Amino acid sequence: MTRALVSVPPAAKRGEIVDVRAMIAHPMETGYRMGPNGAEIPRDIITRFVCTYDGAEVFSAEFFPAVSANPFVSFNLIATESGTLAFEWTDDKGQIETASAEIVVS
Amino acid sequence: MLGAVAAGACAALAGPAVLAQAAPRVVVIGGGFGGASLARALRREDPGISVALIEPNAHYTACPLSNAVIAGLRDMKAQHFGYAGIEADGITHVPQRAVRVEPEQRRVVLADEARLSYDRLVIAPGIDMRFDALPGYDASASQLMPHAWKAGEQTLLLRRQLEAMEDGGLVVISAPANPFRCPPGPYERASLIAHYLKAHKPRSKILILDAKDGFSKQRLFEAGWAALYPGMIEWVGLSFGGAVTGVDAGTRTLRTDFGEHRAMVANVIPPQRAGAIAALAGVADRTGWCPIDPVSFESRLVPNIHVIGDAAIGGAMPKSAFTANAQAKACASAVIALLRGRDPDEPKLINTCYSLLAPDYGISIAGVYTPQNGLLAEVGGAGGTSPLDAPASVRAEEAAYGEAWFQTITTEAFG
Repeated sequence: MTRALVSVPPAAKRGEIVDVRAMIAHPMETGYRMGPNGAEIPRDIITRFVCTYDGAEVFSAEFFPAVSANPFVSFNLIATESGTLAFEWTDDKGQIETASAEIVVS
Repeated sequence: MLGAVAAGACAALAGPAVLAQAAPRVVVIGGGFGGASLARALRREDPGISVALIEPNAHYTACPLSNAVIAGLRDMKAQHFGYAGIEADGITHVPQRAVRVEPEQRRVVLADEARLSYDRLVIAPGIDMRFDALPGYDASASQLMPHAWKAGEQTLLLRRQLEAMEDGGLVVISAPANPFRCPPGPYERASLIAHYLKAHKPRSKILILDAKDGFSKQRLFEAGWAALYPGMIEWVGLSFGGAVTGVDAGTRTLRTDFGEHRAMVANVIPPQRAGAIAALAGVADRTGWCPIDPVSFESRLVPNIHVIGDAAIGGAMPKSAFTANAQAKACASAVIALLRGRDPDEPKLINTCYSLLAPDYGISIAGVYTPQNGLLAEVGGAGGTSPLDAPASVRAEEAAYGEAWFQTITTEAFG
């Protein structure tokens, strides 16, 4: 089961720097390992992570096989307007997992 | 030689010149399962060795089964063990704290500045909580959010908090990342607290916030929880945001990267390290634990000092009373060999951990360990866990085995 967790402060003052955290439960299988039967375990990783703030991209990252299982991303942004932070993880097969959080800016 | 034994503390405290021709001297710091078992094993195997045990407490308070004290199933007095049996073996109990080690002079400095000379020193200090590891969790916070990870006053404090809690309260247990003392302990504790709450405060819940993605005997615990305490215990692992990143003791709040949990009773089991004397003696490395040679248990950092039990980096061996006792016996043989000019034998070590999910419901995990590539490695195919599907009679038998093991090991360590 894939599960994403995000942390965004529910409220902030305009211009405040806020802490954003996002983590997805994912094995990040490198494709370089063998299973107990000697067969290769196929690669299965998240390749791209994007965060948008009211539709505009504010953070993105590319992931590679060296990134650990359950990748955890933490970054800061400036609270400008009340709106939605949307998070999107894309895996090798093009499957997309999403999460979102609202922030009220006063 | 007999004189040195009979003279007790005086002989052990005398200067090196006096005892130059006398029995080899072994000093042991720490009177827990490791230190006490080792002191007695030394005397049993080679009565010609003079042994002094430095331990400031008048009695030892055992951790195994102390979760049953928290759940109201057991009296704290059943956890207390004195040192009379050890003294009867001709071991000198030095009721003081060791404050320093002078490895060049091979001396231990006691709290009153007296010095104790040794040919070989064994340090078995157990653990200390790392009160610098979790923001907000220091010694004073532990008075509000007990760790109860050293048996004693903390155990009773957690018991009293559970007794005082109203029905419907949330109990939060924070479990640390590996390595730590007693890997199945947090989950046994959750089980036995659930046993108490089910009978007395059935609307209450237990939340385990874990800094790991898996734990010892996990499938057995989870199957037991579903059968005995359905809906009462929730476990949140690392990849589901379970790692506690800070606490506020005043409001009993535990923070993770993704949220906050306000507890009625909070049991914070913080990261740990080897007992303080290990670092003072120079045998602990940057991890806070003590690297050892897996054959002799001699420190890799300071010669003539051995480290056993929870404080040592045991490789695959878990930090448990069973392990400490097994290492104590192997280390005693190695110390005797070294003192008598022989090479120590490669040990085979066994660990078994019993856990109670209810008074009549026990499970276990066992492993066999041997030195490999400089560490203690598990021997493949030699250990195992209780069967996942087993009738109630098997669980009841294992609960009884656990109790019998406790009687055996405490008798062996303390007499």
